[in-house]
This record gives sequence, C-alpha cells and structure tokens, in this order.
Amino acid sequence: MANGADLPDSIDTLVIGGGNAALCAAISARRGGASVLVLEAAPEFYRGGNTRHTRNMRCAHDSATAFLTGPYTEEEFWQDLLRVTGGETDEDLARHMIAESKDMLDWIGQQGVRFQPSLGGTLSLGRTNSFFLGGGRAMLKSLYRTAEALGVRVAYEAEVVGLDIEDGVFRAARVRRGERTVSIGARTLIAAAGGFEANTEWLRDSWGPAADNFLIRGTPYNRGTVLRLLLDAGAMPVGDPTQCHAVAIDARAPRFDGGIITRLDCVVFGVVVNANAERFYDEGEDVWPKRYAIWGRLIAAQPGQIAYIVFDAKSLGLFMPSLFPPVQANDLGSLAAKLGLDPSRFQATLAGFNAAIRDGTFDHTVLDDCRTEGLDPPKSHWARRIDTPPFYAYPVRPGITFTYLGVRVDRNARIRMQDGRPSPNMFAAGEIMAGNVLGRGYAAGIGMTIGSVFGRIAGREAARHGRN
Amino acid sequence: MGETEMKAGAALEEAGRIMTICNSCRYCEGLCAVFPAMERHTTFDAGTLAHLASLCHGCGACLDDCQFAPPHEFAVNVPRTMAAARRESYAAHAWPRGTGIAFLHGGRITAAVMLASIAAFLLVLAPAMSGTRGVLAAPGAFYRLMSHQMMVAVFGLAFVYAVFAIAAGVRRFWRAGGAARAIGRTTIAVALNDAARLRYLDGGGAGCPDTQDAPRDHRKIYHHLVFYGFGLCFAATTVATLFHYVLGREAPYPFLSLPVLLGTAGGVGLVIGAPGLLFEKLRRKRDFADAAGRPLDLAFVLSLFLVGLTGLALLALRATPWAAVLLCLHLGVVLGFFLTMPYGKFVHGIWRFAALLRHAAEGQTGAAESDAAT
Repeated sequence: MANGADLPDSIDTLVIGGGNAALCAAISARRGGASVLVLEAAPEFYRGGNTRHTRNMRCAHDSATAFLTGPYTEEEFWQDLLRVTGGETDEDLARHMIAESKDMLDWIGQQGVRFQPSLGGTLSLGRTNSFFLGGGRAMLKSLYRTAEALGVRVAYEAEVVGLDIEDGVFRAARVRRGERTVSIGARTLIAAAGGFEANTEWLRDSWGPAADNFLIRGTPYNRGTVLRLLLDAGAMPVGDPTQCHAVAIDARAPRFDGGIITRLDCVVFGVVVNANAERFYDEGEDVWPKRYAIWGRLIAAQPGQIAYIVFDAKSLGLFMPSLFPPVQANDLGSLAAKLGLDPSRFQATLAGFNAAIRDGTFDHTVLDDCRTEGLDPPKSHWARRIDTPPFYAYPVRPGITFTYLGVRVDRNARIRMQDGRPSPNMFAAGEIMAGNVLGRGYAAGIGMTIGSVFGRIAGREAARHGRN
Repeated sequence: MGETEMKAGAALEEAGRIMTICNSCRYCEGLCAVFPAMERHTTFDAGTLAHLASLCHGCGACLDDCQFAPPHEFAVNVPRTMAAARRESYAAHAWPRGTGIAFLHGGRITAAVMLASIAAFLLVLAPAMSGTRGVLAAPGAFYRLMSHQMMVAVFGLAFVYAVFAIAAGVRRFWRAGGAARAIGRTTIAVALNDAARLRYLDGGGAGCPDTQDAPRDHRKIYHHLVFYGFGLCFAATTVATLFHYVLGREAPYPFLSLPVLLGTAGGVGLVIGAPGLLFEKLRRKRDFADAAGRPLDLAFVLSLFLVGLTGLALLALRATPWAAVLLCLHLGVVLGFFLTMPYGKFVHGIWRFAALLRHAAEGQTGAAESDAAT
C-alpha cells in the first residue's frame, strides 16, 4: 500500500502500532474472524517500535524446556514483579498476565517465532527468559509474515493524527499517508502504538531543557501521538507521567535508535564523575539489574546530563564490549584534558577516592568487601584504586528506553475511561498500557510479555465484540 | 609468514568495524558459527577477521534480522562484508606472492587460462585428430591422440602444483589466525560433518532468506549437487587410474563400468548444480552479495559446469566424428580448472574447512561472560 488512496474506508478491527503487541493483537483478531488493518507510522525497515531492539520475553513455566534451564513459577514471577515495581502494579491484572504468560511461549511459537538458548553474557536470564532466534527484528518478521498470510493488511508510514471518539466509543481514525489524510472507520480499535520516549517536547514537560540532552534508545517514531489522543478523549491515565526508564549509555551514541550496543555496564569497575569532575553516587551500591536501571536517572540530574565512567587497565576486558572504544590516556591529567574536565579537580577526586580504599578480595560477581571508608559518597563494593595506566573513560548520557504513562485497561485489555467504565470497543496493548502492570522499574523481557499477552487478549476480545 | 605480516585491507577493516558492533549486540548468536566464534575475542586482528570471514557461509539471515542493517546509520552488513573480506584474505595469502592479484581481477584470469588451455589442446592434438576420423569409442582410442604417459605427466603436474599452491596459501591463512588448540579426531569429525552437511548454510534452522518472502534458498541443494558431483568426478578419475595400472584396462570404458557410472553421476550433478547456484545467486537480494566478487564466483561455477558438460558430451558422442574435438575441449577445460584452482573461488572450500576445523577446536566454550542485559 503505497499511499492513502488504497487504504480502506472501514475495517472490523483497526490496530494502531506495528510492534509485538500490535501484531499479536492483529493475528489474534484475524484468527477470531475480524478483518484487520495495521497502521504503522514508521517505514518498513523501522517497523515495530521498541520490539526491534528486544531479544527475549519473560514467561512463567513449570518445568525446563529445550531453551530454558529450569522452572519459573507464576508465584516467582509475581514476586519478581512486585520487587522491581516496589508494589506499583495492579495485582489483579499482573497475576492475570502472569497466568496467561504460561501459554504464551507456545502461542508465539505457533506464529512462527523461533527461540534459542540464552545469549552469551546473559546466563542470569537462562531460566526465566526465552530468547528469540536472531533477536526482536527476526521475531517481528515472523509475526508479520504470519499476519499477512492470514490476510491482515499492513500499511507503513501511516500516521494516525486524529481519533473520532464519542463517549468512550471509537468511530474512526484520521490517518496521514504522505500528502493525504484519510478517515478510516472501524468497529473496534486496538491501540498498540507505544510510549512517547522519542517526543522531546513531551519529555521537556517533565524534565525541562535537560530532555534535550537525552538519547533515545529506540526509533524516532515512538512519539506517543495515540496515547495523547486517547488521554485527550477521556481515557483514564495510569503510571507516573514524568517518569521514563533510563540507563547510562555511551554519550557518543546517535540521538535515536542506538539500541543495545551503546549500553555501558561498567560503573562497578571504577568511579563516575560529572562535568565538575566530582563523584555523585555510590558506584558500588548494588548488583545488576538495579544499578543498571538507576544510572540513567542519576546522570539526568547532573549538570549538562553527562558523566564519565573512569577505570584503569586492571578492569579493561572484565565487561561486555560496546560500540565505541573508551577514551584512553597514560596519566589521569591527560585523561581529564581529553574529556574536557578540569585536570586538577579530576586528579584531586581520584586521589581522594584512592586514599579512601580499604582493601578486600575483589569479586565483581558478588557484593564483595572492597569498599571505601570516610568518603562521601562512598563506594560500598568493588572499590579498587585507579592507579594502573593506561587509564580509560566512557562518556555517558541518559538513554531513554520507554515511558511509564499509559491508559488504564481491564482484564480484557479494554481501555477504561475517566468515569471508571470500560470503553465498549477500544482496547490497548503493549507499552501504551504497560504502566498498569509495570508502574516503575524494569525486569528484562517483561515489556514483551505485556505486549504479547495483552495483544492476544485485545485481538480476541475485539473480534468477539465485532461478532456481537 | 607471521601474524603481523597480513595487512588489513578495506574489507577486513570494515569487517573489524562490524564485528565490534556485533560483539556488543550478539542477537545473532544462534544463527551460525560466526557469532559464537566472534565472542571469543574482544578485539579483532586481520587473522581473526579472515577466520571469521571464512566461517561465514553467506546465508544472509543475520542481515535480515539486524536492527542496525542499512538504512540504519551503523550500516551493518555481515554477509556482504565477509564475502569481500574472504576475497581480500585469499589474495593476501595466495602462493606464490603476487598471484593474489587474480582474486582482485575477477574471472578474467580464469577465463583466459581456460581458453588458452583449450586452444593448446586443439592446436597440439590437431595433427593426430586427422587420422582418427574423430571417433573415440574403442579401448585405448584416447591415447592415439595423446599418450597415457603424456596425459599423466601434464595433468599430474598441474594437479600437484594446484595442491601445493593451495596448501601453501591455506597454511599462511591458518598461521595468521593464531595458535589453534590441538586438533584431535573428534575435532576433525565435527568439522567434516559441518562441512559435508553445510550445517551453517541454513539461517539458523529457518532456511536462508532470499527475497522478501519466506526463506526459500536452494543454494544448499545445488551446492551439494556441485560438491558431491565434483567428488564423484574425482572418484571416477581415481578408479580409472586403478583400472589402467592395476587391471590393465584402457579408457574409454563401457557405459556400465564403474568409472563411467561415477563420472556420469558426477557430471549430472555439476550440470544441474552449477546453473542452479548461478540462478540462486542472481535472484538473491542485492544487499547480500559482494558485487565485486561476482565475476570470480561466475568463473568458478561456469568452469565446473563446463567440466561436467564437456565430460558428458564426450561420453554421449564418443562414437561420432565430434569425439576428438570434444576430448580436446574436455581436457582443455579440466587442465584450465586445475591451473586456476589456487587462484579462484575453489579455495573457498579449503579455507572454509580450515575455519570450521579451528571453530571445532575452539569448542563451544570460552565466550566472554558478563551479566549485562537489555
């Protein structure tokens, strides 16, 4: 479908979005008998929003499988979710999702998606998470192929710019395609268009000018237009509107779509200083994934939203390689100069850190006993003197993965309106409603679980609604 | 011939850039041998890159699955880059020094050698052909044109040269890859199995992607036809040599004799498999292919096709007046094939086996581990 002219005037189920949730919804609705049109705002290569950067999903299972090393019970999944969200989750919905996730691996496999054992460097996920063979884009390719074989129509570069909603009832969507804008009516709407992490203006509402220094890990197409339209039409919001999941990524990464390869997880091996060459947080506070998830926000609060992870030759090679080589120098003064930091202040910070070290037995796989004493902020674990040249540094900035604000849904993925009643014909799945389950924090692969489970439910319910 | 001698060319340099990206991502780890092998390194020297390039079978699955493939600004294209890097490393290691230029000049050299070889046979044997009226059906008939000793001398020398030149090249390639672990019987068995089944030419189990549609790439089937066809032709020649020296029976042999049966089956494999490979090559998405290497591929596949075709034609028409000319054509093509073996696409099989052997020796362990995740 090349331009607006060949889009239909009406369809049974209109799916907005082109990622995992959207495709699971489209397949499920089509299998339920509905005619389905998928509107993806991005061009074909960039289709799928954040799904194209994913690699696994977290599903409960009672025993080991060909690719999972052991059982992961519903209760354990629930406890993990409770822990990472700090209780900011809807228990009823979350438990419902976890129960449905048990069937998901089979269902996703039936749609042509292939799995593989956990990737090198991810042993900690080998029991809980199922990895897609070839990653998220391969997964998407299978879903699209299945959907299109079933007769689902897909339009790329089709951006929804307006929703015609009356009293919580969806009537039609206005869709911009190149030069033309057309109206498409549908009996049911499934909103699966992701969050607003690529919408700098929106991020600026909460973060001010600092948002201009954020890097976006996914495509520039996650603009949150549909989320905004739904909220404006009276959908009940869920999740902290100001928060986003942010990790520390290489400051040299492109503004958008740097994906996984720009991540840096070497904070524990050195110290982190800001633009004033000062430390600002305990680098040895906790193990992954907690530390991974907090550093983006910590750096967002620093001047210029930039920081530098500094380490020495002892630590090189102890962590996953990343895209850009570290900045390197044979003495700390030259390193500071290369980073554009005040050399004397930088050297003073490092000298203070080195002087405060209490020796222990270094082991980066456990909370070891290498720590500082009398230093503020302290480094509670893995503290080793930075004294062996050459010295290295990675410049880092906040990398935004996703946003938490969404629309509230019920167990059938129906969007709830501000009066608390569910919309009769509007459903939501994926990141646009993830805040129901994941009010804060993150656990690897859970976004895909939310997308697949609620996408499948939304499609099924939309098809059922259309039949009645 | 040390590790440092091999300079990285443009393609190897690009391969180094891409492997650094892939090593930070690793999503394609389950697709083939290249990515697990890559994970054993944190930096990539020219020898390692040449090893990884030869491990790549060019199935294209990783390009299809890559979130950083063009048009993404990271422009990651593993199959095309590895194909170019292979060619560059064949050239850098070719023996004797300087002959590597053949890999950079595509198929022209192969074509020239092939034509010269055919012309030489036609010219040299023309006087002898006049007396035979062309028919070459009776035992010993071939040797009226060219004595058996002369054939053995010409082809034996060409073959020994080819084997020596290829061995010298692959030895340099192997040494550039650094010290390998001890090669035991199991390692060899694993590598033989991987090579014989083309284990890594299957997109990680889903089949190699080709067009926009579902995976449907029959290169594996055609490659098997060519590879085993070539093997059968080689077996036919070996058996015929035994017939000659041990049993005292002279060629040409009857249709139902072992050498002719083997040669016929092999020839049929070449004649079907070679055009099949070309067909699949032409219909592949252009992004997958190393365009500059296409003439080299073409020359190799065509010469295999001609070996099969002229052999079958000679067999079918050996009782007609065309036989003598066909014998000259066949001998010319085969000699040309032998002479160009070390300087064309033929070496890919040997190098790939060496890479598979190293990969098997390195085993499945040793990947850098850390707990970094999404």
